Amino acid sequence: MSAATDVRAFSTESGSRRAERVRLLAQPAAVVVLVGSVLTWAFARDNDEIEAQSINAATLLTKTWEHVVITFVVAAVVAGVAVPLGIVLTRPWARPAAPLFIAVANIGQAAPALGVLVLFFLWTEWEGLWAAALPIAFYSLLPVLRNTITGIRSVDPALVDAGRGIGMSAFGVLLRVELPLAVPMVLAGLRTSLVLAVGTATLAFFVNGGGLGELVDTGYKLNRVPVLVVGAVLAVGLALLVDWIGAVLEEYLGPRGLS
Amino acid sequence: MNDTERVIMSLFDYVVDRWERLSLSAWLHVSEVVQATLLAAVVGVLIGVAVYRSPAGSAVATALASTILTIPSFALLGLLIPVFGLGATPSVIALVLYALLPITRNTIVGLSGVDPAVRDAARGIGMSRLSVLTRVELRLAWPAILAGMRVATQMLMGIAVIAAYAKGPGLGGEVFSGLTRAGSANATNQALAGTLGVVILALLLEAGYFVLARLTVSRGIRG
Repeated sequence: MSAATDVRAFSTESGSRRAERVRLLAQPAAVVVLVGSVLTWAFARDNDEIEAQSINAATLLTKTWEHVVITFVVAAVVAGVAVPLGIVLTRPWARPAAPLFIAVANIGQAAPALGVLVLFFLWTEWEGLWAAALPIAFYSLLPVLRNTITGIRSVDPALVDAGRGIGMSAFGVLLRVELPLAVPMVLAGLRTSLVLAVGTATLAFFVNGGGLGELVDTGYKLNRVPVLVVGAVLAVGLALLVDWIGAVLEEYLGPRGLS
Repeated sequence: MNDTERVIMSLFDYVVDRWERLSLSAWLHVSEVVQATLLAAVVGVLIGVAVYRSPAGSAVATALASTILTIPSFALLGLLIPVFGLGATPSVIALVLYALLPITRNTIVGLSGVDPAVRDAARGIGMSRLSVLTRVELRLAWPAILAGMRVATQMLMGIAVIAAYAKGPGLGGEVFSGLTRAGSANATNQALAGTLGVVILALLLEAGYFVLARLTVSRGIRG
């Protein structure tokens, strides 16, 4: 949260340090209360046979686990693709190509997530984890890519010169000067991507990718409101938790000297 | 003809064939999103104005707003169905809620970013608090508010597609029928028409915001 909030882009940053500190404490507490009370209600009530098929520890754990796996596969793909790509695009020889990649990533995010998911499914005819994770990764790539590029570009050129002047190689300067200074921006982007990923993962069941969206769908199709509510509330809790993890990473992984 | 050309030709034929239905869906999609954004802008700016002078109020409002923004839209939509049923109601509620958040946050960020010296100067030449707000502070915060509305609109274009799950109006219906008819001749065309339609409309709205910013942002603070 040390970087000024970019008001021109989607992000779940609140734009003030004080608000971030409130959320750091309140968000996990809210998750515990919300998920705890809904689960207590769902397990305590008289579930009919159809409801009991979804509202049991094994099913709920499986669906939650599937959701977590999709989210972290997406995050790994995004970090693995967008950070190196962002680094390459800030090297002098690749700079002219940067606007092109940003434009493609922009269109990726402007496209509706569900449309991207469905089209990928129709074209590849894949199903399951990767059929969901790859299009979701494409959809949530932009924040990390843009922030990596902006983060490295906003490093004071005098520092790069100083690094070169004391005899560091270009690679050494990248590794030991530019990247550490860009870390806060990259982490902020990663948090936004994580939030996009965990939200879009609720759509994974449309391509048989599982996840908590499936419980919402089951509850809706079979007209069983408790199943729908449990699925939705677990998805909300997970999203808040993932966003919170992003906030914690931002708070503690940034270089000390910058905070 | 190679494969790409065939895909484009078949999509072209499909769009020409169903033009009437597609253009109606496109119109409904845009009108739903624009109306939700405008409604949210009124409410969001009012909330922002109400809390921006109190640091604690701002912190709570922005924390709450950005926390709600984290909620997956499909989960929120699911929770709205049992309460409001199917159709336009749950989708409009979901759209307004999501649009509220970037706009409120940006209003607060914009208003609290106004240089206190400017505020003092306005008070010093005898302006009332209300006219300082409407003629100085809100004008200086307007680029940020407008940016919040732009982000909201972009986001809503995608969420409105998901809202078709609750039988909301718009192009999402095309994407869903494409999915349920997977394997049939026009499935891909349908999903493609819906998705590309949303992308094109989103770009047009983006251009609209650019023009709006040129026309409404005070000349002195234009970048």
